[in-house]
Order: sequence, then structure tokens, then C-alpha cells
Amino acid sequence: MINDEQVEVLLLDMLEKYGYDFTGYSKASLKRRIHRLYSLDKSLSFAEFRFRISDDPAYFKRFVEQITVNVTEMFRDPAFFKTLRNDVLPKLGTYPLIRIWLAGCSTGEEAYSISIILKELNLLHKALIYATDINPAVLEKASQGMFGLSQMKQYSENYILAGGTRDFSSYYTAKYSLAKLVPELKSKIIFSSHNLVSDHSFNEFQLILCRNVLIYFDRDLQHKVIDLFDNSLEELGYLALGTKETLEFSPLAKKYKRIQNEKIWRKVS
Amino acid sequence: MACEALIIGGSAGSLDVLLKVLPDLNGDLSFPIIIVVHRKRGTDSLLPDLLSGKTRLRVKEADEKETIKAGFIYIAPSDYHLLIENDRSFSLDFSEKINYSRPSIDATFEAAAEVYKDKLVCMLLSGSNSDGVNGLKVVKAFGGIAVIQDPKSAQVSYMPAQAAENVKIDYTLGIKDAAKFINLLSS
Repeated sequence: MINDEQVEVLLLDMLEKYGYDFTGYSKASLKRRIHRLYSLDKSLSFAEFRFRISDDPAYFKRFVEQITVNVTEMFRDPAFFKTLRNDVLPKLGTYPLIRIWLAGCSTGEEAYSISIILKELNLLHKALIYATDINPAVLEKASQGMFGLSQMKQYSENYILAGGTRDFSSYYTAKYSLAKLVPELKSKIIFSSHNLVSDHSFNEFQLILCRNVLIYFDRDLQHKVIDLFDNSLEELGYLALGTKETLEFSPLAKKYKRIQNEKIWRKVS
Repeated sequence: MACEALIIGGSAGSLDVLLKVLPDLNGDLSFPIIIVVHRKRGTDSLLPDLLSGKTRLRVKEADEKETIKAGFIYIAPSDYHLLIENDRSFSLDFSEKINYSRPSIDATFEAAAEVYKDKLVCMLLSGSNSDGVNGLKVVKAFGGIAVIQDPKSAQVSYMPAQAAENVKIDYTLGIKDAAKFINLLSS
């Protein structure tokens, strides 16, 4: 087992060698991920593992890819996407340009889900979705817009539960074991790397989504990231978090009004 | 030993056991109980409500960053792994399923083993897969106590039977003895 001290050693190495700061991540999950990779790659010893990470940039890339959690789905939590469809996005429809930031987009499933809803609301032509992640490898996969064909049944069910009424299969073409999403869905998405820990605000948005990212951050880092979102959100804009995440711990919460039963807050002052 | 936390894991057939055991627990236990049971996603809020009607202890779903307190029963939320930090708070994790399960009993047992060490008691109930077995091994390696429901009394014996086969179990309990055992852990 990788112990707490060894985790600290690796985090300091990463910060010094590569400028990646993971010291504000929740330790239990991080330790689990590191231990998983350590076993998966059959490392001979901690020293060897440590040396490989700091000496081999390609392995470091794998390390970052593996210790961050990249599990996602299209229309995950259908009720959430239903609220986006029925309440949030129609309100944003009055803007000449709808700017959306999806922070921690992973392999892109949520970005494409939002694209589908925008298209069905006839808003896609005037929307821009900035989909960002710390991890270059997942962004590359995201921009391909190809997902496992076997997942489409689940995604189609989610889509219907989220208020979708069209034939979900019209959004992709099957290619061997893959489903390739129609190019139109990608036309308004910009995939780009952004590190919530160290990078600054880069625009103003009417909707920021960051779901199941804050659970991996300690409280200090959560405060910092909420500040970043607040600085990047226009007045009357919306902030959406994951099902088990909240804004309530932040002093900024008083500037926001929560949409009932959903983890979506509107910036009201 | 002074028990600092009790974690109960279960799958198919474990809810019945909980419904029988919880009413007999003392209302002033000196440690928290953390329950990780497999269930369908989206059935979230039902379980805490169901269980809170059956016990004098306070029942709630575990929140991320929440400080873990004695006298509470915490339920792992559906579709997240429930982990425990050194400062005795919860964190949530949405990584890959483990043993086809999220929450995974192994994930919680293993994280807790390192934090509570020899002051941890983990109990594995009825179930149809082997989630939790590896976790019990880790609990034992850190000096904690491994308990299983007697496979003979389990609706689905596979899970506790696998544990009995692979881990040096400290106590094997029938349903009737479980509440008494838990009450005696309290100091």
C-alpha cells in the first residue's frame, strides 16, 4: 500500500518538476487512485515508481490521466438535464450569444449532451460551449466525439428521462463498435485545457457547469474554485454542481438563489 | 479495545437484516455506524427514511466533507464510493465501479482501515458478490476487527461465505446476536 507520506512526496515532486499542483486534492480518493496505478503497472518499489514519474514525461502523462477521475456519461442524472432543458437554457435563449463553460469535461459526454439540448431548443447556432479539463488525454478523446456503441442504450434511456423526444440514434452513426456523433454537435464546442487549481478566469459566462469535480478538492481549494466561478459568471447567470456538491459552505452563497431540488444556483446580486 | 467506528456492508438480502438489528441498538452508542449497501441508483433518499423509522440513533445520508460523529448512522449515497479522510470526515468519489458496485464496500472498508486501524470494526452481511472481502483483508492487516453474518442465516450466503473462506474472521454472528454484539462495542 502507498502510505500518506509517500503520497505527499509524489505531490511535491509533481509540483516541483511539472508545476502540477495536486496538494489541494482530497487525500483519500487521491491515495486510492495512486495505489491503483501502482498495482496496475506492477511497480517494483515506491522508489522506482517515484523515479519513473519524475523522470519520464510520458509516464507522468499517464500518471495524471490515471489519478484524475474521468468517469462520465451522457445525460447523467437525467432530472438535472431536464431542468437545464426546461428552465435554464430557455432563459438564456434571450441572449444574442450564449456562453457556457463546462469545467472538468473529461471525455466530453456532458458537452455533447448540452449540445443536443441546445440544438433541440434551436439555440445551438448562437451558443458556445467551452469544455475544459486538466487532462490533455481526455480532451483528445472528447474532441473525437466517438463513444462505445454498447453505451448508447443507456444514454438513450437517460436522454428520454431528461425530456428528449427525438430518436436518439439520429445523433450518431454506428461504426464497428463505436458510435460517432454527428459533426453538428461538435460545431459549437471548444475543447481546451484549463487547470482549476492554477489557471485564471478566461471569460464571462451565463452558465458554468462543474459536476463531480469539487468532491475531489479539499475545502480550501473548493473556496478558491467557487471564487473563480463567481468571477467568471455574469449577473443572472447559472452555476451547476454535482448531485452531492453544494455552494452552501461558501460566503458567496448569499449572492445566489438555488433552483429548487436541483444543484443549480442563479447569481442574483 | 475502544471502537471508533463500525462499518456495515451488505448486498442482496442485507436490508432485512438491518431492519431487524437496528431497533435493538442502544440510542447512545459511543461510535458512528456507517452503512454501505448496494442498491439501484436513483433510489437515493428512500433508504435513510426507511431506516430512521427503525432506530433511536440519528440516520442520515453521508455528505462530502461531513465530520463523522458518534451516535449517528450514516448511509453511503447511491452511485458514489464513500471514503474516509484522516480528519474523520467523509469524501465521495465517482470513479469506476468496483466489483460491479458503486458504492463499493471494499472502497469504504479499505479507506477506513488505514484511518481507524485497530479501532475499526467491519461487518459483512448477506450478499451475492464478493465486494467487501478484500476490504476485510485490509481491515485485518491494519489491526481492525472483521465480523460476518453467519452464512447459514443469510438470505444470500455468498458474500459472508467468501469472507469466511478468504479472511481470518473474528466473529461470526447470527441475526439475533448482531445487535447485542454492537451494543457491547460501546464504551
